[in-house]
Amino acid sequence: MDRNNKETMIAVKGLKKSFDNNHVLSDIDLNVHKGEVLAIIGPSGSGKTTLLRCLNFLETPNGGNIRISSTTVDASQDLKKQKKAIRALRKSAGFVFQNFNLFPHRTVLENITEGPVIVKGEEPDSAAKKARKLLKKVGLANKEDAYPSALSGGQQQRVAIARALAMEPDVILFDEPTSALDPELVGEVLNVIKELATEERTLVIVTHEMAFARDVADRVIFMADGQIVEEAPAEELFSDPKRERTKKFLKKILEKQ
Amino acid sequence: MDVIVDLILKSAPFLMKGTAFTVGLSAGSMILGLSLGFLIAFMHLSPSKLIRWPAMFFVSFIRGTPLIVQLFLIYYGLPEFGVRLDPIPAALLGLSLNVGGYTGEILRGAIQSVDKSHWEAAYSIGMTPAQAMRRSILPQAIRVALPALGNTFLSLIKDTAIAATIQVPELFRQAQLISARTYEVFAMYLSAAAIYWILCIILSRLQSKMEQRSNRHMRAN
Repeated sequence: MDRNNKETMIAVKGLKKSFDNNHVLSDIDLNVHKGEVLAIIGPSGSGKTTLLRCLNFLETPNGGNIRISSTTVDASQDLKKQKKAIRALRKSAGFVFQNFNLFPHRTVLENITEGPVIVKGEEPDSAAKKARKLLKKVGLANKEDAYPSALSGGQQQRVAIARALAMEPDVILFDEPTSALDPELVGEVLNVIKELATEERTLVIVTHEMAFARDVADRVIFMADGQIVEEAPAEELFSDPKRERTKKFLKKILEKQ
Repeated sequence: MDVIVDLILKSAPFLMKGTAFTVGLSAGSMILGLSLGFLIAFMHLSPSKLIRWPAMFFVSFIRGTPLIVQLFLIYYGLPEFGVRLDPIPAALLGLSLNVGGYTGEILRGAIQSVDKSHWEAAYSIGMTPAQAMRRSILPQAIRVALPALGNTFLSLIKDTAIAATIQVPELFRQAQLISARTYEVFAMYLSAAAIYWILCIILSRLQSKMEQRSNRHMRAN
């Protein structure tokens, strides 16, 4: 194993995905280092959400190799024989959905303890203790008995982040975490993610929030038409984009904002 | 007046005995039928045709043939193949199979109605498909299924009367026997009707309690 590999938390090689005859991702290579915050931006339909969903096999890739932490899944082989590896990979990769996807029939606290207790076999009491700490961290200490339907979108998303954190993942994947929120609720969620970014966590964030990406990400990837068009340190990609496609996209976005 | 009191006193023990059979038969086939229903629903959702097909065939047969014919097949038909069942086991089997077919279809629809995002949420924290089904999908599916399950169980209580045709001494059968003896036809069938009605009212109460319970997370608190 080479020296770089030790520090690479996510290593993607030759990832392919097509729906019917439509190539959504063609031959994606991607490495994310430990402690790195990576933002993925791009126009809708560019494949950025599909890429993120392929990383934990919510979407089934048509080919390629994905390693997260110490688990590798080879999508060119039969995935039915790699179910265990896929579950191990999911345990080490927390996922935060655009629409929160909390368990509606469970309270806030139960949502957070569900994974540790059912999947990891932790004691309910210690899982609850840990969950309360996480709720405090995301600023919802007083909501543990509420059901998701009683919470605002911003609160639900913060619970969803706590749910992901409870599994103690090596990386956290965010799929447009603020896109479903009313504008006034975006800030509270971004602040929580920002705080995570300062904790040396490995985060991959698909986002439309350019200011946030520029502020929080170490590196930004611009995707279009199922390919990585350009990648650079955040500041550089926004202030001095090299590719024509990137320039056009940023100009269009920044005019709107 | 005395005549009526006398009639009630004389018929009550028989009606009560019949009611006991009716309740027992209903509860038994509810439990067995619902268990079978889960099995049928899971089979129906299987990706394998070999598993799915028998479930679909069973549901189609149960829903496509009269209950009384199904009971006659079991009670009067099976002995030709050496399977001789007493009236009560035969009725329990027939009613359970019938309820299994209907609830299987209800549960299948309810499970499929749960949005795929709930599977994904469960998978994203590393659950197996079985864990996702048990912890995330089924609790939500059952909430959706409760009204239809309630309907099926109400029908079941009333359908137990058909077991009278295969000699089960349940409520309707008792009413028949007493009215044949006393010629109090209207009074006896009216009593039977009242008892069925009360049983159904109790069940619907129970159903709305369960619905309230399963809906508690839907109210903002």
